[in-house]
Amino acid sequence: MARSRKPSELVIEALVKASGWSAVVFVLLIFLFLLREGLPTFAEVKLGSLFGLRWYPIEGHFGLVPLVWGSIIVTLGAALIAVPLGVAAALFIAEVAPRWLRELLKPLVEVLAGLPSVVLGFLGVVALAPLVRTSLGVPTGLTTLTGSILLALMALPTIVSVAEDALDAVPKSFRVGSLALGATRWQTIWRTTLPAARSGVLTATMLGIGRAIGETMAVMMVTGNAPQLLLAPRALWSPSRSMTATIAAEMGEVAKGSTHYHVLFTVGLALFLISFGVNIAASSMLFKSRGGGGRMLS
Amino acid sequence: MHARFPFRAGRALLATLAAATLAACGGAPGAAPRGRSSAITDIGSDTIVNLALAWAEAYAKVQPAARISVTGGGSGTGINSLINGSADIANASRQMTAGEIAAAKERGISPREVVIARDAIAVIVHKSNPVSRLTIEQLAAIFSGRIDNWSEVGGEDRPIVRLSREVNSGTHVYFLEAVLRGGRKGDKTLFSADTLLLPSSEGVIAEATDNPNAIGYDGLGYVTPDVKVIAVSGDGGRTFVVPAAATVIDRTYPIARDLYMYVRADAPPQVGAYIDWILSPEAQRLVRSLGFVPIH
Repeated sequence: MARSRKPSELVIEALVKASGWSAVVFVLLIFLFLLREGLPTFAEVKLGSLFGLRWYPIEGHFGLVPLVWGSIIVTLGAALIAVPLGVAAALFIAEVAPRWLRELLKPLVEVLAGLPSVVLGFLGVVALAPLVRTSLGVPTGLTTLTGSILLALMALPTIVSVAEDALDAVPKSFRVGSLALGATRWQTIWRTTLPAARSGVLTATMLGIGRAIGETMAVMMVTGNAPQLLLAPRALWSPSRSMTATIAAEMGEVAKGSTHYHVLFTVGLALFLISFGVNIAASSMLFKSRGGGGRMLS
Repeated sequence: MHARFPFRAGRALLATLAAATLAACGGAPGAAPRGRSSAITDIGSDTIVNLALAWAEAYAKVQPAARISVTGGGSGTGINSLINGSADIANASRQMTAGEIAAAKERGISPREVVIARDAIAVIVHKSNPVSRLTIEQLAAIFSGRIDNWSEVGGEDRPIVRLSREVNSGTHVYFLEAVLRGGRKGDKTLFSADTLLLPSSEGVIAEATDNPNAIGYDGLGYVTPDVKVIAVSGDGGRTFVVPAAATVIDRTYPIARDLYMYVRADAPPQVGAYIDWILSPEAQRLVRSLGFVPIH
């Protein structure tokens, strides 16, 4: 027979439920707010000019293409650097490093996550940008690549710690079995452990990318913010302007209710939808892996 | 309307602080100017906000009874506040437009314009750059992207990296209108799309200090000895002038602008007294210490 429940228990249960739902409600409210402030754009600016190639808002040029492209290039560049490095670091910490080193490395990686992005941005301006300019021989060091390197540093802790958790969650029997079949340590890591933790490692990648695409301050300080449209390889070592930097640089001075203001919210809306998509992709992988055989990260 | 606003070193922070102070005090529109007779509300340009703060501080020693609250927010914000009656003084780094004057007249306010200081915009390059003088036309060609290599203006064979402030900065808008468009109305020239738009004065100075390809511009007060200042010709190359207090006052340096305060013609006497004090030699001495150029 069920015990009769105390009123205090009911209250606590309701509170817990409310805080669980509140996260969903907040996201929904943010989305509605973005819609309310961003949708008037489509009445004020022709759809064709939103797809224009020039962003110069004070003269009525509202082409979003260079901004979206800038964000994509800087994020892809960051992923190319951070994913191999992050997964390799996670493999080293989880599989190779002796216990004492592991206990040292894990917190150190988390310290990297605690660095404020403005500090990284400053280091980027004074140290990384001159290095990029002289070593690549490009006209300026304030390039997409400089931003990508900083973003990679910011995404690394997320990728390393989530991927390391996933690798850690692979049952010991997998490794023991693989070694017993005569596989070398490297073969065990590459052919058994990593594939078993595949979905967790993919989630780590997605979360890292999600962190990178939303980052603002460091990107604004080192990418040069030139809203230009260049083809993929060249765009990497030229300046570019990301969506986040555009919002941060322009929102403070824009007149509330003006077309420029609405367009900036449309940029925010696009950003929201992109990071929402990345997160959905990450969590669908998480669910898939739960449906499958292996154990997943906590 | 855009609140045009140069994102200058430190000023932005002060402006934010000042704005926060105002918000905390509940700056209700229309409340301040008429309510307390001794409080003067001074709102507007972020270019001027540090100067206005310095003046307000110094004036407290001259006239201990006067209370002056200074807020940034941009020239447009200041002018709008003057029009809707929530400010006694509007700071502006540009003149009021015909539309703004009409809007003020509609509300029975006739604005009085006072030039309070001048601000020169210096064109800067890397120390090692052999180019030391350029005409306005060459600057326009460089910044609009028609000239891409330093050798075209007598320099080394290097690509040109253009540095600018963000598009909402008053300095950016002034440079666009006075240099790229040469003051011609209806000219639609824009900055080259590959112009680096840096979020702060430090960004422009740091890149010009470090990068031998760079050319940028900034308020004279922000120029450090680590960069080279270009002599500019406004008459097609006959005379080249280096920006300095003297050449700004005698109006030979071509890229300089007036900074304004706007008050209502029927302003209360303490506002008039404050404006008179600002134009006095004593107050104008503060102008130079903040990197601007005094009016006399």
